[in-house]
Amino acid sequence: MNASNNRPHGILAEFETAADIMGAAIKCRDAGFTKWDVYTPFPIHGMDDAMGVKKSKVGWFTFVGAVTGFFTGMTMIWYMNKFDYGLVVGGKPLFTPLFAFPVSYELTILLGAFATLFGMLFLNRLPRLHHPLLRNTRFKRASDDRFFVCIESADPKYASEATRKFLVEECHATAVEFVEE
Amino acid sequence: MATAAATATAHGAGKSGAHDPHAAPPVLKVYDPPKELEREPLVLNNRSLGWITNAIAGICENPMPKWWWPAFIISAGGMSMMFSLIAYLISTGVGVWGLNQPAAWAWDITNFVFWIGIGHAGTLISAVLFLLRQKWRTSINRAAEAMTLFAVACAGIFPVVHTGRVWFALYPGFLFPVPNANAIWPQFRSPLLWDVFAVSTYGTVSLLFWYVGLIPDLATLRDRAKGVIRKFAYGLFALGWTNSNRHWSNYEKAYLIFAGLSTPLVLSVHSIVSFDFAVSQVPGWHTTIFPPYFVAGAIFSGFGMVLTLLIPLRALFNLHDIVTKRHIELMCKVLLATGSIVGYAYGMEFFIAWYGGSPYELYAFKNRAFGPYWWSYWWMISCNVISPHLFWFKTLRTNAVFVWIVSIFVNIGMWFERFVIIVTSLHRDYLPSSWGYFTPSAVDVFTFVGSFGLFMTLFLLFIRFLPAIAISEVKGVTPQADPHHPLGGAKDHH
Repeated sequence: MNASNNRPHGILAEFETAADIMGAAIKCRDAGFTKWDVYTPFPIHGMDDAMGVKKSKVGWFTFVGAVTGFFTGMTMIWYMNKFDYGLVVGGKPLFTPLFAFPVSYELTILLGAFATLFGMLFLNRLPRLHHPLLRNTRFKRASDDRFFVCIESADPKYASEATRKFLVEECHATAVEFVEE
Repeated sequence: MATAAATATAHGAGKSGAHDPHAAPPVLKVYDPPKELEREPLVLNNRSLGWITNAIAGICENPMPKWWWPAFIISAGGMSMMFSLIAYLISTGVGVWGLNQPAAWAWDITNFVFWIGIGHAGTLISAVLFLLRQKWRTSINRAAEAMTLFAVACAGIFPVVHTGRVWFALYPGFLFPVPNANAIWPQFRSPLLWDVFAVSTYGTVSLLFWYVGLIPDLATLRDRAKGVIRKFAYGLFALGWTNSNRHWSNYEKAYLIFAGLSTPLVLSVHSIVSFDFAVSQVPGWHTTIFPPYFVAGAIFSGFGMVLTLLIPLRALFNLHDIVTKRHIELMCKVLLATGSIVGYAYGMEFFIAWYGGSPYELYAFKNRAFGPYWWSYWWMISCNVISPHLFWFKTLRTNAVFVWIVSIFVNIGMWFERFVIIVTSLHRDYLPSSWGYFTPSAVDVFTFVGSFGLFMTLFLLFIRFLPAIAISEVKGVTPQADPHHPLGGAKDHH
């Protein structure tokens, strides 16, 4: 680490196995940290509970998108084929929800899918062009075969030496380093 | 539990008086599960997480093997041929194709239904098998989803160009909900318009689903990238993904929802494609069995194509530890199941043609099997009814070369199925005076051949630049990913 007076982004601790990172996550949660995260090359089953992360809210975005899609379809077809320019075909009614259903059904899925993607990105505050961790060489293995915990310096319980000690001695991290902002 | 045990002990002690609660053995004997219940692991040879990253990401990082360029040039040549022929078609008119009244739909719509059906396996693997918790899907879903997208791209071309004067279809189009020159809107009672919405939604949602799955793997490629351009390109599309668990939490929920949205979508797409026929009154088309029959056929043909692509891919890139024999066997079982449904549907169509009592319907079916197009009908029957039943035998299912050859027959058979449904029904309907015989022109044939060029060009570019197997998902099904497994670092379990 260079000796600049910049406050570091946080402390990064490396772990080698899924079980170790799970144990560390439980200890960090119980120690009362709030601005911290676990980084794993794949989602680990049970990690949300271990970290105390609440259930994802993506479903609400999907719901709103899907409902919008369905009513867009119904309204569009009613407007086009009955209200704006009544089109008589084979003596059938100008509008019923029955023939409007297939298109509305597809639009339900289409807008639901867009809302899911954008909702997920919004909740994750993505896309972002840069993250301090992405500059860290050790952290490159978070997308390969290593597991990391990062406790940010913005956490009220963060105290550089004590936190480092906590990660090494209590969580048994294999390597610990400060991450520049 | 504790209370129940305590009660039982107290009860036992009260009864005999001599029972010692501490006489229980200190360690329980744990028996290994019987051999026949053991499943082959999804990644063979206990490969490490790092090995999986190297094996998959390495494909698009190292120079492509020698066969890639010849394959790419041939495919791109085919693609160029198709686009040239489409330019010829648009500048001259649909008369360059062999279709005419009474068979106004022929190879164009056959190719459309064929390609869109191919796509269905990708979505089935990515969505339906995900909801059913079939973990083996992780090794094949990425390539299968890519196949879906490229097949939909091939499919989308045919209905657009078969309109002849394409500019009217696109703008101020009868395909899109915009009013024409007389301020008339598209007619939403027509299944053809439903089809436009179904296929475009299908293409779009498949692309989004595929992209969501790619984000973590693009981050892996970004982190490994050496060159500036690669780093920038993968970094841009990875959207700043850091593998954070707070992100994974939302990501996994979104992935699950995508699977939940894509499942009804994939079932609806080929159902709506079948409405193009079933809602009409042409004998041979006007049947209620079409939606399930088309969906089963689509999955059958799609798995045929997945096998046609993945068996060479696995051999050429040495991916035998990730796409294992078990994966091929399981896909063969899907072929067997869906192929049986297709065979049943063929039989049931004939039965209803007779039992329904409509002489026109019965004639349409007799004409299929014994009329002037008898050869196409028997091609279809031999490829689609006989070939899946070879997979009752394990020795045949596990022979990759044999499976690959059969998968090609499945593709051929399913193309003929659509040809049989479309052309044999149209060429002889109610009025014998308007009967005819369709023969394809050279432009028909080479446009279809060229569509394989487009498909293969896109697929070759895909394996060149993107991870052909979902890296993070494959890691997620290894024992190392399980914190309760000894390989995942769990200690003192027995």
